[in-house]
Amino acid sequence: MAEKILMKGNEAIAYAAINCGCDGYFGYPITPQSEVMETLMAEKPWETTGMVVLQAESETSSINMVYGGACCGKKVMTSSSSPGISLMCEGLSYLAGCELPCLVVNVMRGGPGLGTIQPSQSDYFQATKGGGHGDYRTIVLAPSSVQDMYDFVDLGFELAFKYRNPVMILGDGVIGQMMEKVELRPAKPRRTEEELRALCDSWATLGKPASRPGNIVTSLALDADVMERFNIHLQKKYSTIEAEEARYETYKTEDADHLIVAFGCMSRICENVVELARQDGIKLGVLRPITLYPYPEKALDALVPQMKSIMSVELNSGQMVEDVRRIAAGRVPVHFYGRQGGAIPSPEEIYEVFVKNIKK
Amino acid sequence: MAIKGAITVDTEKCKGCGVCIPTCPTDTIALSKEVNSKGYNYLYMANPENCTGCTNCATVCPDAVITVYRVKI
Amino acid sequence: MEINDIIKPENKVYGKSPVLKDAVMHYCPGCSHGTVHKIIAEVIEEMDIQDKTIGISPVGCSVFAYNYLEIDWQQAAHGRAPALATATKRLMPDKYVFTYQGDGDLASIGTAEIMHACNRGENIVVIFINNAIYGMTGGQMAPTTLLGQVTATTPYGRDAKLNGFPLKITELIAQLEGTCYVTRQSVQNPAAVRKTKRAIRKAFENSMMDKGTSFIEVVSTCNSGWKLSPVAANTWMEENMFPFYPLGDIKDR
Repeated sequence: MAEKILMKGNEAIAYAAINCGCDGYFGYPITPQSEVMETLMAEKPWETTGMVVLQAESETSSINMVYGGACCGKKVMTSSSSPGISLMCEGLSYLAGCELPCLVVNVMRGGPGLGTIQPSQSDYFQATKGGGHGDYRTIVLAPSSVQDMYDFVDLGFELAFKYRNPVMILGDGVIGQMMEKVELRPAKPRRTEEELRALCDSWATLGKPASRPGNIVTSLALDADVMERFNIHLQKKYSTIEAEEARYETYKTEDADHLIVAFGCMSRICENVVELARQDGIKLGVLRPITLYPYPEKALDALVPQMKSIMSVELNSGQMVEDVRRIAAGRVPVHFYGRQGGAIPSPEEIYEVFVKNIKK
Repeated sequence: MAIKGAITVDTEKCKGCGVCIPTCPTDTIALSKEVNSKGYNYLYMANPENCTGCTNCATVCPDAVITVYRVKI
Repeated sequence: MEINDIIKPENKVYGKSPVLKDAVMHYCPGCSHGTVHKIIAEVIEEMDIQDKTIGISPVGCSVFAYNYLEIDWQQAAHGRAPALATATKRLMPDKYVFTYQGDGDLASIGTAEIMHACNRGENIVVIFINNAIYGMTGGQMAPTTLLGQVTATTPYGRDAKLNGFPLKITELIAQLEGTCYVTRQSVQNPAAVRKTKRAIRKAFENSMMDKGTSFIEVVSTCNSGWKLSPVAANTWMEENMFPFYPLGDIKDR
């Protein structure tokens, strides 16, 4: 049996990065995710795998270091929390516009503004609907356990390189700070120069061999036709991602009459709400989107006809519920319950709201 | 021993900026009255017999349109 | 001797470097950018490092530098080139990595990035074109615009009370422990071009010697922005820019 180690969610990100052959991490301290870089610095991976770890002067610089590393076809990443991610949105737009692979971890805290260091899920809109300027999308993975934090680093890089697109792990302060046992995965070595050339010499800035012209990584296209053609190409890529990469989990939905939709830490709490409901003879189930973009539209759409009600439960003022309502399309009442400011609702609290809603 | 020089100018790429002209120590070069397809008065050797192939003009040319040749006679 | 007897391949003493592409540069006639591009190309050719050089272009007129030098290029967001260069050099230390930045890019929006990259002593080359104006956007005030200088956003001349003072960022950069070579050059005449080229070569060589950051300011003209002819712009630069931005090495160790 594989080794299991007790660790924090933030530490899991760091260990997974070293383990999966990440080439470089660039970050800036911000609560509640500073353990990511602290762990990396303590582990000194530059002495083992050769991974570069650098504390940048700002989140703006972090993401642009990621941009430079991604231009070279390297597996590069950063991590931050909500206000820092806002600063990174310019860079994310450039990364998406240059079709570059990278991994960005957002351990969300409450906002707007400086907000709170308490957990939150209020960056759903920012993560899934763009964040930066222009018609781009980021693949968004929502971990609900420390194991997910660990596994999604490798998965994130796989998806990032498969589609040459930024990938975001959208965690929250709960997942980042809590400790759980994590099953470690077999280590992947960092890519060699030869592997890099084979994988991305057609576009990356690895140094121009005599056999090809210089590669130019840019998102600039002054000509209207060129810009439009590129946008159409991007949208086609996003369509493929939407068709093929939606991930989700269900909990007791087979016979359910009512559905809760929740992601991240809230999906775990809502599984306990299901148990409370079923003790009262109410058949409740949970749909947990694992990818927030692409959203598991088909899975939700297929569940809608059997439901008498749907409730979206989020640590925000109602963001994902807009997607749930869009997909439910008026076929069934869609309710929302959320907390802001860092308070985590108990299963009893959520159940009470659920019961009130279905008795309306 | 005498030194003779000459230049060729990529007249289609020359923008006629003229920054080369004050650098010529022998008054060899000037802008033509004719224009290229972009409408620029391009560089030419007005007094080719003066040229020593010193490369000053080509060194300061922002568009790298000047090639310099030199022979020792 | 006939001209045709002189113009023969064996007599060629100077021509366009093959590292420069054939594309016609989009720069205005007489623009210093072209001259600096050309000598970077010549240094890359002479050092035989075309396969090992990665350029990072800025936002501004020279955003299109990537169209003119046949090497691998990254195009940075405005001011962020030193961050891209930092990661590129750290991830690929056997490559020659340089940023090419204008005064708005480097000395205004990108001050944090350039200061910290230089302070960390990244083994990169920074080429800083200072023409005291924003060229691409149509001649607005730059951080390096001289007092009294008329631009699109200082139509009555730069006034220190309203606009602050021109920024001698190169002198600030020289204060940083991470820099090994900081110099200010120009390209308006053959001697200046040759000096700048030597400086660029030295900077590229430094970047492989683990000495820290090499920083070359090139005091340049923007004749369109200055509303002068190319030749008059060179004279204006010598008379007005050089007294405030004196040429020469500021630091060399």
